[in-house]
Amino acid sequence: MSDHGGSNYHHVSRKRRVKEDKRFVMGAGNFVQDVNLANIKHMAVLASPYARANILSIDAEAALALDGVHGVLTGSELAANTSPLYGGLNTPEVKWRPLAFEMTRYAGEWVGAVVADSRALAEDALELIEVEYEPLPAIVDPEDAMQPGAPLVHPGHGSNILYRNTFTWGPVAEDFAAADRTVSFRARWSRSSTVPIETFGVVAQWHEGTETMEVWASIQMPNYAEQLANALRVPLNSIKVNHDIDVGGSYGVKRGIKHTVLAGYLSRKLGFPVRFIEDRLDNMAGSDAHGPDRIFDTEVAFTAEGIIRSLKIRALDDAGAYPGRGPFQLGKPIAAIVGPYRINSVEYEAISVTSNKAGQVPVRGFGQAPTNFMIETAVDKVARALGMDRLEIRRRNFIGADEFPYEIPSGTKYDSGDYATVLDKVLELAAYDDLVARRDRLRQEGRLAGIGVGTCLEPGGGNNMFEYLMNPAAEITTFMEGCMVRVDSQGQITGTMGTTTSGQGHETMMATILGEELERDPDGIRVIHADSLAGLPTRSPVASRMAIMLGGAAAGAAAKIKAQLLQIASHNLGAPEPELEYAGGDISVRSEPERKLTWRELCFIAHSQYHKLPDGFEPGLQAIHTWQVPRGGQLPDAEDRVQLYPCFSFQAHLPLVEIDPDTGRVTILEYYIAHDCGTTINPDIVRGMIIGGVAHGVGAALYEKFAYASDGQFLSATFVDYLIPSVHEIPYVSDTEHCTPSPLTSHGQKGSGEGGYLGAPAAIASAVNDALAPRGLVIHTIPMRMAIIEELLNGNDPS
Amino acid sequence: MNKVEINLTLNGETRSASAEPRTTLLDFLRDDLGGTGTHMGCEHGVCGACTILLDGVPVRACLIFAVQCEGLKITTVEGLLDADGRPGDLQEAFREAHGLQCGYCTPGMLVSAHALLARDPDPSDEAIREAIGGNLCRCTGYAQIIDAIRLAAANRSSMS
Amino acid sequence: MKAAPFEYQRAATLPQALAALANAGEEAMIIAGGQTLVPMMAMRFARPALLVDIHGLTDLQVIEDIGDMVRIGGTTRQADCLASPIIAERVPLLAKALPLIGHQQTRNRGTVGGSVAHGDPAAEIPLIAVALDAEIVLRKQSGERSVASGRFYDGPMSSIREPDECLTEIRFPVWTKQGSGGGRVGCDFEEVSERRGDFAVVAAAVQLKLDQGGACERAAVAVGGAAGTPVRASAAETVLIGQRLDDQTIAAAAATIDDAIDPADDSHASAGYRRRVARKLVARTIAGAAAEAFRATP
Repeated sequence: MSDHGGSNYHHVSRKRRVKEDKRFVMGAGNFVQDVNLANIKHMAVLASPYARANILSIDAEAALALDGVHGVLTGSELAANTSPLYGGLNTPEVKWRPLAFEMTRYAGEWVGAVVADSRALAEDALELIEVEYEPLPAIVDPEDAMQPGAPLVHPGHGSNILYRNTFTWGPVAEDFAAADRTVSFRARWSRSSTVPIETFGVVAQWHEGTETMEVWASIQMPNYAEQLANALRVPLNSIKVNHDIDVGGSYGVKRGIKHTVLAGYLSRKLGFPVRFIEDRLDNMAGSDAHGPDRIFDTEVAFTAEGIIRSLKIRALDDAGAYPGRGPFQLGKPIAAIVGPYRINSVEYEAISVTSNKAGQVPVRGFGQAPTNFMIETAVDKVARALGMDRLEIRRRNFIGADEFPYEIPSGTKYDSGDYATVLDKVLELAAYDDLVARRDRLRQEGRLAGIGVGTCLEPGGGNNMFEYLMNPAAEITTFMEGCMVRVDSQGQITGTMGTTTSGQGHETMMATILGEELERDPDGIRVIHADSLAGLPTRSPVASRMAIMLGGAAAGAAAKIKAQLLQIASHNLGAPEPELEYAGGDISVRSEPERKLTWRELCFIAHSQYHKLPDGFEPGLQAIHTWQVPRGGQLPDAEDRVQLYPCFSFQAHLPLVEIDPDTGRVTILEYYIAHDCGTTINPDIVRGMIIGGVAHGVGAALYEKFAYASDGQFLSATFVDYLIPSVHEIPYVSDTEHCTPSPLTSHGQKGSGEGGYLGAPAAIASAVNDALAPRGLVIHTIPMRMAIIEELLNGNDPS
Repeated sequence: MNKVEINLTLNGETRSASAEPRTTLLDFLRDDLGGTGTHMGCEHGVCGACTILLDGVPVRACLIFAVQCEGLKITTVEGLLDADGRPGDLQEAFREAHGLQCGYCTPGMLVSAHALLARDPDPSDEAIREAIGGNLCRCTGYAQIIDAIRLAAANRSSMS
Repeated sequence: MKAAPFEYQRAATLPQALAALANAGEEAMIIAGGQTLVPMMAMRFARPALLVDIHGLTDLQVIEDIGDMVRIGGTTRQADCLASPIIAERVPLLAKALPLIGHQQTRNRGTVGGSVAHGDPAAEIPLIAVALDAEIVLRKQSGERSVASGRFYDGPMSSIREPDECLTEIRFPVWTKQGSGGGRVGCDFEEVSERRGDFAVVAAAVQLKLDQGGACERAAVAVGGAAGTPVRASAAETVLIGQRLDDQTIAAAAATIDDAIDPADDSHASAGYRRRVARKLVARTIAGAAAEAFRATP
């Protein structure tokens, strides 16, 4: 039925319970909110009521006088004693600080912090801080922000444009000139985010005796310790980040660097551990954790036969007040800028602007979801222009299964795929003819029903080359992951990873691969998370990369262990290694199977019998393997062509929706997805992430939006206003798999944590437009909230 | 701050501690009674992560002050363990079906599912959706949670 | 999101609660289920100095059929109402709205009295109360008064209840007589919200009684979420009464809604959306109620 790949494996791709699940179902996870230390104090932050204002004065005297309040921190003290936070672009005058300094730049920005005996008391003290503001006009709309004379979010930068560049890959002008037809359109992806149910939290403790800053945090980001050391102006080896904290969901956004600088600075200053757990209002308004906010203007050139020749794309993204790493979300989609299609040339203008809204953070897929939404919209528009079936246009343009590795115009080689087969699988799963019949029956009953098609790529594995592409000062090509494996004197295996987990089941994935390679039972393999001082080179679980990268590192470490065991066995059995056979951890001489050392015996020798070890063999049994991302490490060529990401997963989405014409409300009646992420390591984990990604995409497509009023007031600070879909809004998603193994990875695996999200908004938009088609209406703005659809049906322009 | 003593029954044990009247039951369970299985998600009654049973019915612990719970019986996710402190059958079904990912909404989800199966041992899909409709999960898209609840119900019916 | 400090008093009896309210004046607030009040306190939009807790007043946890009325005590849980056969049979319009209020976790704690007293213009129970002309009973130390629901609200989340008054009871009129052939009654309730369980963006409640010939003898039409308070659509009722409920009549009734409501813009929907959808929901619920009445045994 399903094809997980890897049918020759003993453990990989097999049903296996997820190790992490036991502690979670018991309520025994170790979340940052569960960390309790002696003498711990609690922090709360004061939010700016203005989108843009000068801070004239701050009087904290009354707050400090409150019994149980230990300190009040303001932006000026913090700016004098710490360095600005990391910003990815080469924009030195755009300074991001944990607390507003001299000026607030969005409603909800933090302007002060209080430390007190309890969180409630800290909130009492916040009410006593008097801030004198001089309100200023705010800039909220990204197109307005680009106008000459617009109020400047960062006056020192001299403009609200943070980045603007046009890439041209291939003969765009020629392809447009030669094309039979063109269509152009605008698509709007509104500001939303991943919004995990756990907010960001951190506990920081400065140990003066060892001059160490110890950190427990619900973190998921690369280079956290480095950024912290830089901001706090301490050596990197004085920062100890504990990675054994369970992270309550992240999907990219748990990057509380500013939170940690605040807690760390205050812990060192005040002499006790400081805990800062965002409440939901802190999180929504002031966490700098909003996602892409993007306007696409796209023109497509195609032939009368429906062959898409070229794309001209202008992507304008509003990074908010503090861009951080956010603008790179315009760069990563270059990895798959033509989607799964054989498109000959692309012009891509990427513009990042700053505005008086919360700062932008990497969100699941790092900009690929909006880009996929735009590409699929383009394909559907071509189909509609030609009166061609939406499946047929895709089949005509898909890169063929025999064309891999396939190099796209921007220089990336796709590793493998079989898009047409995956599309066929979803049609089979959905019984497509029946689905069409159901849609048509609904239409005959006078209802608005539509089927959506979304065929989208998920680049996986990461590599940081978009950073260099957008900021050549950052000549960083390394994108590695490390794994250490120890086998103890009793033969038990412990694997170590160097980062946190936020629901992706890395412990299970790593144990499965170690078990596969060492032929030992994965259930008996323990996986631990080393802290940042004890730990391993890592770039954290971003970029759909851990199955690829940690999996590859684990396989490499296991191979090194196996090599050591063979050395020991060869020495003790008196036979050269090529004559030995490794089976289940035992090693025997192939021609004389009774000449054998068991796994336990080999492990005992390694740890305790120096006299039986080969000359020069280091006692004990351990190995570290640090793996650089495959096909990574090359700078772009003179035409800005570069390999971005190594592995390309693929999904075909097929939803059926219905729109209530009276209310505009969209209901998803059925949802089918076929996905190909190469070899699945654990089918349950993959299925969960795919379907969870679809649900997240349903949110982005229909419900979720961080809304700001025209004066910059924030309108979505609670879960009453920011609408995360419940089980009532998400149909039971039917899924099936296909496996095109990646030639680049240890077991053929690819990424799977983002794909559901990367295709669902495109597919749902396609379905809504199919439903609207009989009325001659289109919508290319998400979220497609019911009020917007209803306005459209009433002939109003919802924009 | 004026604290008041609060006595209640938590997972069958009599517990007492002092807290300010403004302390929610959620904070009281976590901070004063050490019951960290119950999670804080929104503190305004939407996400359901803090769902517990109050005298046998699911409620949101962030929407009740602890002082209101004097003498009441509370069951949390820790109360769903079996007598030996191992996962109970519902918890095992969630493991088997992988009805979770990050584990953050899971305690509230389990408590809601537990209450459902207690009153409706063979729930329809609609009943399952109704029971967990007030518990937001950001990881799973709910399918494997529905699978897990179905599995727990099927296991119980085959046992009896 | 922690509440400002307050004093807490649990009332063992109603007189105790009323005495506490009388002494504290405007500094006090009543808490019953707390499902709306607690988040408002957590966000410090509400900051009572004294919280008088009436959730334990079992005298007020009552659902009783008193003939032409069903009385529901102020601290009766929404979940208990949802499970009540009395409400299902005698106040079916309320029974239809109850499942759409929040989620089971909030209905298990939230009270009917609390919802009516709070008076969110988009909330379900206040809308049903206004639709059915429920009587709202308010008690203070010096005595009791009964207020028609149509006069109870004077603005969004604002009513004529005095700070020292406790809402002790709501009495819903019963349109059917048990065991007697008193004509055919049907009702319908519909709300539009983006997610199930959210506050309604717009809601409509209709209850109709048809005479033996199928003409409308009595009508109650009300709209929520479309003004500062739930709105009784008297003009629509006038159009319906005495008429057979064909499409034309229903459309004419729905067309009167525009003048009855005064919706506002918010981040969920525009005023124009609320106007258009209110009209459509009223038409749909009149049709739904009429269909139910036709199905009912006379």
